[in-house]
Amino acid sequence: MPAPIQSFLAQGAQMFLVLAIAPAVTGITRRVKARLTRRRGAPILQGYRDLLKLVRKDVVLAENASWFFRSAPYLIFAFTWVAAALVPTLASGLMFNWAADVVALVALIGAARALLALAAMDAGTAFAGIGSSREMMIASLAEPATLLVALTIAFAAGTTRLPEVAQYLINQPIELRVSFALAFVALVIVALAENARIPVDNPATHLELTMVHEAMVLEYSGRHLAMIEAAGYLKLVLYISLIICLFLPFGMAPIDGGPEAWSVGLAAYLAKVSIAAVALGVWEVSIAKMRVFRVSEFLGAAFVFSFLAILLAFLSREVLR
Amino acid sequence: MSIVGGEWQLSAIAAALAIYACAALIAAMVPRRSLSFVYPACAVAAALACAGGLSAFFTQVTLQAHLPLGLPSVGLHFRLDTLSAFFGLIVNIGIFAASVYGLGLGREDLSKRVEPFYPAFCAAMNIVLLADDAYSFLFFWELMSLSSWLLVVSRHADAESQKAGYVYLVMAAIGTVALLFAFGGMAGASGGYAFDAIRANHLTPLVSALVLAAALVGTGSKAGIMPLHAWLPLAHPAAPSHVSALMSGVMTKVAVYAIIRVAFDLLGDPLWWWSLPFIILGAATAVGGLLYAVQEQDLKRLLAYSTIENLGIIFAAIGLAIAFKSSGIKYAAAIAMAAALLHSLNHSWFKSLLFLGAGAILHATGRKDLDGLGGLIHRMPKTAFYWLIGALSISALPPLNGFVSEWLLFQAVLVGPVFPEPILRFLSPVVGAMLALAAGLAAACFVRAFGTVFLGRPRSPEAEAAHEAPFAQTAAIGLLAVFCTLGGLFGGFTAYAIEPLLTSLAGASLMTFAAGPTPFSLIAVNEAHAIYDAPTIAFFVAVSALATMIAVHLLASKRTRRSPAWDCGFPDASPATQYTASSFSQPLRRVYSGIVFRAQERVDMPPPGALRPAKFSVQFSDYLWRYFYLAPAERLWSLSKRFNVVHFLTIRRYLVLMFCTLITLLIITATWM
Repeated sequence: MPAPIQSFLAQGAQMFLVLAIAPAVTGITRRVKARLTRRRGAPILQGYRDLLKLVRKDVVLAENASWFFRSAPYLIFAFTWVAAALVPTLASGLMFNWAADVVALVALIGAARALLALAAMDAGTAFAGIGSSREMMIASLAEPATLLVALTIAFAAGTTRLPEVAQYLINQPIELRVSFALAFVALVIVALAENARIPVDNPATHLELTMVHEAMVLEYSGRHLAMIEAAGYLKLVLYISLIICLFLPFGMAPIDGGPEAWSVGLAAYLAKVSIAAVALGVWEVSIAKMRVFRVSEFLGAAFVFSFLAILLAFLSREVLR
Repeated sequence: MSIVGGEWQLSAIAAALAIYACAALIAAMVPRRSLSFVYPACAVAAALACAGGLSAFFTQVTLQAHLPLGLPSVGLHFRLDTLSAFFGLIVNIGIFAASVYGLGLGREDLSKRVEPFYPAFCAAMNIVLLADDAYSFLFFWELMSLSSWLLVVSRHADAESQKAGYVYLVMAAIGTVALLFAFGGMAGASGGYAFDAIRANHLTPLVSALVLAAALVGTGSKAGIMPLHAWLPLAHPAAPSHVSALMSGVMTKVAVYAIIRVAFDLLGDPLWWWSLPFIILGAATAVGGLLYAVQEQDLKRLLAYSTIENLGIIFAAIGLAIAFKSSGIKYAAAIAMAAALLHSLNHSWFKSLLFLGAGAILHATGRKDLDGLGGLIHRMPKTAFYWLIGALSISALPPLNGFVSEWLLFQAVLVGPVFPEPILRFLSPVVGAMLALAAGLAAACFVRAFGTVFLGRPRSPEAEAAHEAPFAQTAAIGLLAVFCTLGGLFGGFTAYAIEPLLTSLAGASLMTFAAGPTPFSLIAVNEAHAIYDAPTIAFFVAVSALATMIAVHLLASKRTRRSPAWDCGFPDASPATQYTASSFSQPLRRVYSGIVFRAQERVDMPPPGALRPAKFSVQFSDYLWRYFYLAPAERLWSLSKRFNVVHFLTIRRYLVLMFCTLITLLIITATWM
């Protein structure tokens, strides 16, 4: 075990690391998309500038907005941030990692989502209602799929605590397991849906009838919008980190690792995140957005995959320690 | 009367029961104008019973009493052990909150059809938990059913109440008959009806399976387990709201108590396949209840369907506990049992909260249709805040209490692959998937409910003119909201507190106090396996939210302007253009109800120029209602019509019939012997 102070620092570093890289990750994806469609695109750091600009602006509140509308952005941001900080990224031995296991992590994301869907309905407009209703429809399939994926891996590792899961996977010889492959596909589909990415939702659209996430945040402005945008950036990093932690944790510093292991872990993590961001950009330009009611089939596939994964894992007991 | 042990706890509970009984009797005699004493009396009695139950629970005393009333040679046996004390706490906390809410009822709201039966209902629920012989159990179970039935039909002029009362009465009768068979089977031929005699009476596996099936029908019909649920969404909403809170939040827990008492105590050691109906029906009920709830337009019926869902979760957890216990995996049985017990406790809090809140809304606006409400967060701020806590709790979101039991349940599912039987190994991930789906749907259901009722703009003049509920009512709702929050934050402590109960039911305890990194950590299996520490998470979320807010306000802008909603540049003047509850559930209907309910949408769009309005309607087919209720009812009806002929025979034919019956019986007896 590292000294508590080191572990504490690692946790603090992790918390600010995810926050610091979040806008850049989305920036990379946007840049890749722009280049692939033969546009120059905004600089990768545009996300930070947007946030800074929004934070400085006045908030324009809808006349009907209540206290809930005003406080929700901070809570959404906080829930997402805490969830993102709990996923092991560069090192698996973090100070407060024990506070929430993978089941709680899924529920934390769920809490942020429920608050956003509620906040959208506060102003009492039609478009925001479309957004939150569709968001909850998507979530009603995506959340169980995430949970089942998490349970599959947790079962294999014999624990639901993410650092231990990562530790277990690092020490395992690399092999292809059917249940893991199914779980991986399911989690990628869920990640696309949860982050309002093509083909489920288009993050760049402002065409009313196709929006999901953007429709929910239509009435937000100024610092509130900045918080929600930041939470969106963080959520993408959170899902990428979760996929890395559950499926590709190699390079991550072990629980008892020292500073050298951490720097290796940091380099590996940043490399993996950048690759994922680029891959997301490539994926988004190579596929069209689905109609809203095709989404349920897409996500239904994720649910079925994750269910098959956990069923296979449980029945075969292939990974029982 | 003899009290073994003679401790004060039983006296406190007896005093509480006496207060309930006196309140019922006096309320039956005094005129309507002076009925307002009922609720203070019930609140005092509930507080007294809570104190007694709490002390009995923590000191783990087992107290017995015997009254020479009732059946000759049997009498009435009462016993207070940790299981009764735990459920007694659930019941009396619920009664306390409902009674405090009742303090806020105006004189014009009191009625001779409600107030006399309310204390009787409270007393009956309490005595069922204390009953220590089959006779008193069934007697007070029936009293509980009948008193709640009287409360359901209190608005008897209303056609909906009439139907609700009728269906409830039929289902309650079926349930009691099933329980009668269950206790008859357990007592056996020797007929020892005291629970001590039943415990000593060892049954063959076949008889005990039949007993359990009968008990499952009896308690499942009270708890709303599908397909015995049909009365619940009719009856619970038909009663006055504080009674709905008691029926949904508390009376269903008495059914949970009964099945735990039968399956874990009276029947002796469980067999593994007993768990199958619990797990399958429980998981199906959890998802099915929500599929109804998410489409429901009536706030109180929505809550009733959600009760069905939660009871499904509890029964599935009980099933897992039976499966683990019979397979000898005691630590996992303790996790599943803790999930069932804590979810009973948690559900009683948030469901009572939500129903009392619905009552406050009904009182303030006169409406309970989701599409007629809206914007109440401005006019009923306290109720809105507490209801939000309840809605987030029931959606199993951290750090509130619903998540604690949900978390435990998933931990129990994860132990599933250890089962020796392949069926259980197959079923445990299925249960996990169903419960995960239920969790996702619950969030959608309550986002829809809170969003349409409290957020947005008022959709009717009544909603626009709403006013905050009286102090006593918001205080009762607020108290439950505090319980939901504390129960969520200190779930680890509650899990520790029920340790003696877990040891007696499951054969193992969950954990020892302060075993985790902080004293409030909830731990499953062991520290390396799974930890959930709500206070730490809540602390981090609160600190990061506050710190961010302060930083943004200090370093950047804190100015705010008000303007009309932007709405993509088309601000609409009419609140009718908002998303309604039915529009909110449309995507969910497209995804789920097409298969489950064969939902069909019909759009009747007049041609351009026509003056008639366009119409949109949705049609559902409720298969369970049609094939499980209507079809047997019709069969029974046609059968009884055919037998109607027997009513109009001549005296000679009657004599011949009697003679034939006698001969047949004699032949049967002769061959039997």
